Amino acid sequence: MQFFGGSEISPSPPTPTTTTGNNAHMIYIFNRNGVCLLYREWNRPLHTLNPQQDHKLMFGLLFSLKSLASKMDPTSADKGNLGVPQLPGQGCSFHSFRTNTYKLSFMETPSGIKFILVTNPRTSDLRETLKYIYNLYVEYVAKNPLYTPGTPIRCGLFNTAVDQYVRSI
Amino acid sequence: MPPAAPRSGDAIFASVERVNAELFTLTYGAIVRQLLTDLEEVEEVNKQLDQMGYNIGIRLIDEFLAKSNVSRCVDFKETAEMIAKVGFKMFLGVTASVMNWDADGTCCSIVLEDNPLVDFVELPDTCQGLYYCNILSGVIRGALEMVAMKTEVTWIRDMLRGDDAYELQVKLLKQVPEEYPYKDDE
Repeated sequence: MQFFGGSEISPSPPTPTTTTGNNAHMIYIFNRNGVCLLYREWNRPLHTLNPQQDHKLMFGLLFSLKSLASKMDPTSADKGNLGVPQLPGQGCSFHSFRTNTYKLSFMETPSGIKFILVTNPRTSDLRETLKYIYNLYVEYVAKNPLYTPGTPIRCGLFNTAVDQYVRSI
Repeated sequence: MPPAAPRSGDAIFASVERVNAELFTLTYGAIVRQLLTDLEEVEEVNKQLDQMGYNIGIRLIDEFLAKSNVSRCVDFKETAEMIAKVGFKMFLGVTASVMNWDADGTCCSIVLEDNPLVDFVELPDTCQGLYYCNILSGVIRGALEMVAMKTEVTWIRDMLRGDDAYELQVKLLKQVPEEYPYKDDE
């Protein structure tokens, strides 16, 4: 049974300029309450923290980065004080940062779902990739009657679909 | 690469998979009938429909955001327009209109001329208090809650009760901004 016709979701974005195979290191999906809905890793040689601390660190990092980015925005006229909570999607939002060893790409939906993808530093802009993963989330998770929103995702099909798609980046 | 522009309701409606309208209407009718048989009390059925709608709404919002590609609406006015023009079109195939804005822009009415849920439906005398389409009010309430808006949705006019159109009043109670969920001492 086909879950979604090819015409609904925009066709897979063009593959960025890197070699095939293991480009992605790991993916995190959080909801607005900080619950880590999904964490998958494909290529992570070094583990420094236990999973709970790792998730909290990642969520905290992004929360702070978003807040900082929107307060430093030179184009927006109205800024609250640093630390004042913002509505998701309001103000400017950053979409990636790159270090010499990895690149972290981020996307937040207005419903508070955050997608984080860590890849090797040579990948190009991954916003379309993250949108495609959001579409996969809608099809396999949001529409899944056995899934309770706000709990970690335990859906084999979704994991397979994400693995398969990420392998092709 | 610049982000893609938001798509119009018609474009998305044309591209999603659709089911037969009659199947949809008859299935919904069967659900309401079964609820009436099980719960017997019209008020209970109204509440249950609203709860079912809420559960649908909290998932539907992600599908709406993914397919329509909209970014965050600037204010409640834009939100209401989005629901009426893009949301209803995308999921039910009908366009609604927004009217009766109040002075602070927190309360409006969404008017539906045409409603696929109520084709072939007549309310008998025993069910006069029933809001047949109450699932829609739950859906809107659930969806808006996932985008940080607490609202109250009520029916003002209902064609099954003799009015000339379907009118839903959507009132914004408050916006709930995102807060850091972890306690600092952990």
